[in-house]
Amino acid sequence: MSELPSTALAPYAGAAVGDYVQILKPRVMSLVVFTGFVGLAVAPGHLHPILAMVAVLCIAVGAGASGAINMWYDRDIDAVMRRTAARPLPAGRMMPGEALGFGVVLAVGAVVVMALAVNSVAAQLLALTIGFYVFVYTMWLKRRTPQNIVIGGAAGALPPLIGWAAVTGDVGWGAVALFAIIFFWTPPHFWALSLYRAGEYAEAGVPMLPVVAGARETKRQMLIYTLMLWPATLAPWLLGVAGSVYGLCAGVLSLIFTGAAIRVWRDAGDRSARQMFAFSLLYLFLIFAVLLVDRSGGGLP
Amino acid sequence: MTAGDVLDANVDLKQPDERERRMRGRNRALLAVLLGLVALFYAITIVRLGGG
Repeated sequence: MSELPSTALAPYAGAAVGDYVQILKPRVMSLVVFTGFVGLAVAPGHLHPILAMVAVLCIAVGAGASGAINMWYDRDIDAVMRRTAARPLPAGRMMPGEALGFGVVLAVGAVVVMALAVNSVAAQLLALTIGFYVFVYTMWLKRRTPQNIVIGGAAGALPPLIGWAAVTGDVGWGAVALFAIIFFWTPPHFWALSLYRAGEYAEAGVPMLPVVAGARETKRQMLIYTLMLWPATLAPWLLGVAGSVYGLCAGVLSLIFTGAAIRVWRDAGDRSARQMFAFSLLYLFLIFAVLLVDRSGGGLP
Repeated sequence: MTAGDVLDANVDLKQPDERERRMRGRNRALLAVLLGLVALFYAITIVRLGGG
């Protein structure tokens, strides 16, 4: 047995605070928090502002915990991909056990506090979201099927339901509509990214659709999902969760999003896919922002 | 944590001053989190007792 290098026995400095923040995936967390907050804000009923703040905090911490556990599990493929190679684990700034322990503690803490402070339905939905993201998406689907982000996208679509349930204690049709918006938005969003990152995904062994089925099929499915997004996006207006201002804005934004998908379909290069990916983030933010404004502005029927 | 883990993770091995700086940072962050939790649970208790 070879001896360990003497440096291996030197004290480990431990991860910096910034590394702990980074493994929470703050950018993903911000969108999750925003959609969760909108679900909470548009739900019928009243929740004390302090408890509403606690609910949003629990959603944020739960999302961060999912990200940390995901980074722990995916550290091998993260090291292969240029986009993720600088993350704390593949870069060697954090031990795997630190990330896993941090994620598990935050996940359990977020669910327990949600149950104690808000209600058990919201806590169960939060636990389901974390469990779905970690076990179903990260551990089961991500490396096995090109449908990984279609099914796994359900985890990212659940936060508005959690916010809604925090207020009402159950899940109404309006909440399902918000879920459907994010669920049908996720495939074109991620496939736009994977179109111009296909080489990296292939190298890492992740069977994203462009890697398995090719760019042409991916672009076709992106267009199909963008069309399926229409009824989901208009559902809050049709169900009376939002008013006509929302309905009009949702129609215009969906028209632009569909146009972007058509451009991707017709474009042989990467440029339109990059633009669609960037617009997809703005699209989701604006849809939920308009929903929030329309609701608070009294635009309800 | 074993020495093998350290090698597997290809973790940077830092000088003592860097180590202390990171520990100080983590300790301060932990203090802030604990104080935040105290305030949070206090607020939750007050709201719950008030029937909120």
